[in-house]
Amino acid sequence: MATVGSVASVAFKQQYIPAAKRGPITRLLEDERRLAFCLMLPTVVLLGLFIAYPFFNGILLAVTDTRVGVPGHFVGMDNFVKIWNDDIFHVAVWNTCLYTFVTTVFKLALGLSLALLLNRHFRGKAFIRAFILLPFIIPTVLSTFAWKWMFDPTFSVLNWMLFHAGIIHTRINWLGDPVMAMVSVIIVNVWRGVPFYAISLLAGLQTISPELHEAAAIDGARAWARFRHVTWPLLLPVTLVIVLFSVIQTFADFQLVYVLTGGGPANATQLFATYAYQLGIGTGLLSQGAAISLAIFPILLLVVIVQLVYIRRTETL
Amino acid sequence: MAEIRRRKTLQLSAASALAAGAGGLAGILGSGRAPAYGQTQTMHWLRWADFVPASDQLLKGVIVKECEKALGMKLTVETINANDIQARITAAIQSGSGPDIFMTLNNWPQLYADSCVDVSDVAEDLGKAQGGFYDICKVVGTVGGKWIGVPWCAGGGLVAYRKSWLAEAGATEFPKTWDEYRTVGKNLKAVGRPYGQTAGHTFGDAPGWWYPYLWSWGGKEVEADGKTVVLNTKETVESVKFAVALWKETMDEGGLAWDDTSNNRAFLSGSISATNNGASIYLEAKKKPDSYLTEKGTPMKDDILHAGIPGGAGGQFNLPGPFTNLVMKYSKNQDAAKKFIRWMSSKEVFEQWFVSQQGYTCGPTKVWEEHPVWNIDPILAPFKKIPVTGRLTGYAGAPTQKAAEVQTKYIIVDMYAKAIQGMAPEESVKAAHGELVKIYGA
Repeated sequence: MATVGSVASVAFKQQYIPAAKRGPITRLLEDERRLAFCLMLPTVVLLGLFIAYPFFNGILLAVTDTRVGVPGHFVGMDNFVKIWNDDIFHVAVWNTCLYTFVTTVFKLALGLSLALLLNRHFRGKAFIRAFILLPFIIPTVLSTFAWKWMFDPTFSVLNWMLFHAGIIHTRINWLGDPVMAMVSVIIVNVWRGVPFYAISLLAGLQTISPELHEAAAIDGARAWARFRHVTWPLLLPVTLVIVLFSVIQTFADFQLVYVLTGGGPANATQLFATYAYQLGIGTGLLSQGAAISLAIFPILLLVVIVQLVYIRRTETL
Repeated sequence: MAEIRRRKTLQLSAASALAAGAGGLAGILGSGRAPAYGQTQTMHWLRWADFVPASDQLLKGVIVKECEKALGMKLTVETINANDIQARITAAIQSGSGPDIFMTLNNWPQLYADSCVDVSDVAEDLGKAQGGFYDICKVVGTVGGKWIGVPWCAGGGLVAYRKSWLAEAGATEFPKTWDEYRTVGKNLKAVGRPYGQTAGHTFGDAPGWWYPYLWSWGGKEVEADGKTVVLNTKETVESVKFAVALWKETMDEGGLAWDDTSNNRAFLSGSISATNNGASIYLEAKKKPDSYLTEKGTPMKDDILHAGIPGGAGGQFNLPGPFTNLVMKYSKNQDAAKKFIRWMSSKEVFEQWFVSQQGYTCGPTKVWEEHPVWNIDPILAPFKKIPVTGRLTGYAGAPTQKAAEVQTKYIIVDMYAKAIQGMAPEESVKAAHGELVKIYGA
């Protein structure tokens, strides 16, 4: 009986226990396609509301003659023809390209140098890393106002310092001279953008195995050779993505120039975004403002395509 | 115990609400008015942050209280930087929500004419009661004879100058012609006391100087038809050539980057000897006589005088800045907004604000020229004639939307700025003329 009893108890223990009752949502989400859809939905909604809708609305505006408070009529490509023949627009295109190119080169060079330094071990590393991010954290308008004071034609603290250090004998007209005004906005943009590069590249550097460097060192590679043949090739995909983001942001930059120079003097620092704002908001010509904003699109699209193709190539090598 | 069901609860609630009203729903409907507790009207008035802070304090304090008492309205006075007002107007119009009333500057009402409520009844009544609006206020505030805004006041600039410094440079009174101005300015700059004027992208002081300068040489944007562009003339080219020399010989060359506040700071710090501006420099020096001192340690306010911009072959002018209150079409309080403006612009209420300005702005009608406020401080007295000695942008045409486009694109200002930066004056004028043709000819 005892044997029978033990067999019965084993049978009892092995009895099938039904799973807890699943709710209708759980059952619905068991389908991977549905789950994927639900996971993507918030992003799609956000992108639709804040990217796609303004973008398509911008296209609609650009092909009409809409002014503030006055619904427009379809005018085809008229606004694009107008801006194509607009001398200030030409200046803005040149300025934007120059501004983006120069700032990107400097931000990359300085950001990479900073990242390589921060990747070393030293005391207070965590504090320094956090401190480096400050320019990126402070709201752009706020920090730009501080720079505006530093570049002030009458009260520039930079001029004061340079003068008392014996470096200059007459004041530098930072924002009043067309060349210096562009230099000034570039300086501020680089100051603000370097932390983004530095921290992002630092993250990339930390994914590179130290063993690779050790192996290269054992093989006799010096610091420069290790950087050129080990660090740089492995960092390149990350760098390209960072440059891509940075180019897009810089190309559409507005706040910094608007606060610092308002696009002046005599349009010397006028960019796509500031000119679009001046026409769309200042003058009420919404459709022309939209056309200028859209004119950025093909240029940026080209940049994005070239970079993405290059990134794919480097990843498949 | 009887069970109380949802339907029963709703029935009881509705009955209670009806009973609570004096006379019930029938009473409310019979009176034709909303219940008293629903009548607190709100009014949102957006204005610039005044260069005379005391005026904003008055509006946000005393006037808000008086408004509630007199009109039963809860008034919100919002003040923002003048350079940001247009962005707010555009956003409000396009989204269909925002302040009930915008106080606009210059000829901006012309840009938003289609989005403004017809306020002819209010403007006509106020004009009649106060002796008629100045022409500049009327031109800016009307379209085709219809009032799209109610004139609030008129501002403008005169040259604030250090009388002792100019006297030391050989000018016992402020120069009346450009040649005299240049001669005195050379002497001043030689001793580190240049004139100061902006040629940058800023809404007030830049056009406030360069448009009258152009007119004084006989230059103008268009003919009276408002279409035929006549900027590229011998007079304009001469004005640009002279401006380049004037800039180098007499001006603080940092002015290319100045905004509307820069010349105030430069003057009050003793860096410049003269600048075209509203009365705010003097008012600030007067408010803080112990802070703003001359090199001799005396209050700077006692060394400041005001004069008109020098004249030339074309005459002597200034660019007045009419301020206009616009009631927006999207507002759900349109009638209340008109009622508020009628009250706010009435002599008794407006006077409080006008006095607080101490001469920084003029009234919108001639009666305010006779106000005792002009007798309090003779230094400010020259400002009272600004509305009658000025021209508006777009001259010799009307200050239309196209004139506003020229102004907001800084085409006239940049014509001078480019030449100052080194472009040949003929080329600079030609380029500006071309831009004007695109705008006025469109």
